[in-house]
Amino acid sequence: MKYLMTHLIRFFFVILMIFNFVGITVAQEEGAEPTFSATVSELKVRSLSQKGKAIEQLVLFINPQRIVILQALLDGYLFEVRDSGQVVIAEGKDEKYTIVGAVNNNNIGLVDSSAIKKIKINNRLRSRVRSLIANIQLNSADAELRLQAVKILNKSITQDDLKTLKILAESEKDSDVLEALELIFALDDMDNSDRAIRIKGLEALKQKTSLTAVYKLQAILEKDSEGKFLEPDAEIRKHAKSALVKMQSRLNAYQVAQTVFYGLSLGAVLVLAAIGLAITFGVMGVINMAHGEMMMLGAYTTYVMQLIMPNHIGLSVILAIPAAFMVSGIVGIGIERGIIRHLYGRPLETLLATFGVSLVLQQAVRSIFSPLNRSVITPEFMSGSWQINEFLSLTWNRLYILFFCLLVFAILLQILKRTKLGLEVRAVSQNRNMAKAMGIPTDRVDAMTFGLGSGVAGVAGVALSQITNVGPNLGQAYIVDSFMVVVFGGVGNLWGTLVAGFSLGIANKVLEPYAGAVLAKILVLVFIILFIQKRPRGLFPQKGRAAES
Amino acid sequence: MLLKYFGNDKESGFVLLILAAVTLIIPLCNLIFSAGSVFYFSAYTVSLIGKYLTFALLALSLDLVWGYCGILVLGQGAFFALGGYAMGMYLMRQIGDRGVYGNPDLPDFMVFLDWKELPWYWSGFESFPFAMLMVMVVPAILAFVFGWLTFRSRVTGVYLSIISQAMTYALLLAFFRNEMGFGGNNGLTDFKDIVGFSLQSDTVRAILLMSSGLILIVAFILCRWLVKTRLGRVVTAVRDHESRVRFLGYRVEMFKLWIFVFSAILAGLAGALYVPQVGIINPSEFSPLISLEIVVWVAVGGRGTLYGAIIGAIVVNYGKTVLTGVLPEVWLFTLGAVFILVTIYMPEGLVGLWKRKIGGLNHE
Repeated sequence: MKYLMTHLIRFFFVILMIFNFVGITVAQEEGAEPTFSATVSELKVRSLSQKGKAIEQLVLFINPQRIVILQALLDGYLFEVRDSGQVVIAEGKDEKYTIVGAVNNNNIGLVDSSAIKKIKINNRLRSRVRSLIANIQLNSADAELRLQAVKILNKSITQDDLKTLKILAESEKDSDVLEALELIFALDDMDNSDRAIRIKGLEALKQKTSLTAVYKLQAILEKDSEGKFLEPDAEIRKHAKSALVKMQSRLNAYQVAQTVFYGLSLGAVLVLAAIGLAITFGVMGVINMAHGEMMMLGAYTTYVMQLIMPNHIGLSVILAIPAAFMVSGIVGIGIERGIIRHLYGRPLETLLATFGVSLVLQQAVRSIFSPLNRSVITPEFMSGSWQINEFLSLTWNRLYILFFCLLVFAILLQILKRTKLGLEVRAVSQNRNMAKAMGIPTDRVDAMTFGLGSGVAGVAGVALSQITNVGPNLGQAYIVDSFMVVVFGGVGNLWGTLVAGFSLGIANKVLEPYAGAVLAKILVLVFIILFIQKRPRGLFPQKGRAAES
Repeated sequence: MLLKYFGNDKESGFVLLILAAVTLIIPLCNLIFSAGSVFYFSAYTVSLIGKYLTFALLALSLDLVWGYCGILVLGQGAFFALGGYAMGMYLMRQIGDRGVYGNPDLPDFMVFLDWKELPWYWSGFESFPFAMLMVMVVPAILAFVFGWLTFRSRVTGVYLSIISQAMTYALLLAFFRNEMGFGGNNGLTDFKDIVGFSLQSDTVRAILLMSSGLILIVAFILCRWLVKTRLGRVVTAVRDHESRVRFLGYRVEMFKLWIFVFSAILAGLAGALYVPQVGIINPSEFSPLISLEIVVWVAVGGRGTLYGAIIGAIVVNYGKTVLTGVLPEVWLFTLGAVFILVTIYMPEGLVGLWKRKIGGLNHE
């Protein structure tokens, strides 16, 4: 079907070209050589076929403005001033448009929307304009632009385009552009009438990966209703088959890579959410149900920072990291001093009291900021995605969060390993009384540890604000998950939390295509519940006396 | 005479008397007196009190496992909701062809989802006795499987709390799915009849309140008897020192398991009584917050006393009704504050405060 369509489109273009050719000869027969500005004015004509002629004519002028005009035409920015009939490029909103002359790019000024009239084109012309622009850009000095042009041409390629591309290929140095060109040539060779060339094209395809190629190869291998192959030549079928197999195995590999990346990025979020908990719950043994709300506070801190400096979004997000650490850390210390201190040794009561705190914090945020979700703007450097090829693209924000997660983890590990606070925290968590006897101020250590854990949760909130909605329920969504990660990894073990977070993230994403997002989540939860039956102390249980308590 | 029967546990007798009075007088007043009379209770009040009584039963079930066995279950709402869904399914089948789509076999939401026939697990729910059996069996099975897995591998304390929370969370997610065949997001609603009588009629409302009260009273007496038996004594001992009881040769996990299953059945019954009185059951009943609220009821009333749980459930829910009506914003603040204050300053709840006051007076 697709095969047929391309043929039809091609046929169509050939006819269009013939008409164009006739059109140009007519224009030349009339004698007068049209000027650039006259051709631009031609674009205003109502008849689409005449408009098409004017567009073809426009391309023949060696004028840098032609590409600007064509692009504006494509994007719907090309207008005609109603009074003077001048063709202009206009941009604006709310009824007011800034217009510049199309021919010489001079600024004309601000006008009402009623003063100008859009120059319209239809889809057929639009695709023609697109390929014309691409044709011009093939000769651009920028390799990126050339690559883009080749890709655009590939979508609806004509014999003429192919010739242009072959000329380009002889002088092309950039490897990416060459790669794209080779794919186009190989695809074209497949349709050649010469058997040797077809096989050559198929051979070349074995090294390439492209969805168009997959469809074409599948078409070769199709059978008709009587069970006979559409393609009579067994040799060609063999080559097509092997090219298809190679291509599909490569596609599968990309699929796996993509899934792993999604899994890692979900895992990074889980680890970020759980790592603060790993300190308060794992090291101190305190159940903090308000942990999710610490993340929520961090996310709202990001929001407030953006309100404070609306012109420096990127900077505000970076500054939000220490700010969120401070805000959540201080609230955490407050909770520890005010409530948890009274409840040491009574874990169930701690659980209930901190749950109360979480309700109060949620309602406080709801009252201050409104119950609706607030939007946090993603800074420039984090938006968009890293397109590795046609099949594999990694979004920047998720990639940043992945690195950020590892960074936070490394820093935290170093704090616990190398600083005085870390030493004291480990001592208190192993044996509170002994630590006290050795002169460690356990009260202060408790407060600082809790502050540290809460602060890290706040930092996680900054990261979350970049990928989810910032609202009063932000924390609740993560609390069960982060407890699961900590318990699965083994309480009191930061490495366990890391491994557990990433493996749960990947497991979730691997299951998702088969089971759907919700069912995948349920399956993972059920798996953890069953796992804890087998190994109640998690993946990496604590050893020694500390494990007894 | 009744008070004498309770001996030194006068509070239990007192609570029981009040419950009996409420169960008898309010529905009767509603039926006998007409609107406008001082003794008349509106249909709204009857439903509201009926709802409180089911919550009290739910709190009672949690107090049995938490107060007497030391298992802080953060997923008690799951058993409640399962019982509710079983009842809801029966009520859905009672609608028959009176739904919007008028399909005699399928509930509206299934017609809407373009299902052709009733899923197998819906079969049998057109029979009231079968549905009532399921109200108890389904939560019991869940409790049995969950308890058997966790108690045997000696998952205790906060771990168990968190896992039970994960359980109800997983069920919440599952019931949100349309494919589950329980109405997805909207749950089951638009009920018409129960055993052939309209749910809107005053008599049915009154009878529902009466049955809630009666079942609560029976469950209360049963629980009191249970904790006084040998089984109850062992369970209390497990709460206080689990490993010591194990060393004495008792199979701790079996005691825990039976008390847990029994409590789940009570919670399921509470859910089944709740659904016809509020007219809807949806997945939000599975949300972890609901289960935590149940814990607050028991904590406020005073755990480990049974009657404290009943008082707590009614007091907190009355507060919720009043506050959410007047100042909806304040409710979560209050609930949070109650959580914090009760755990720090009132570990024995209202009952503890009362006893201390009485004790103080006796001292003088």
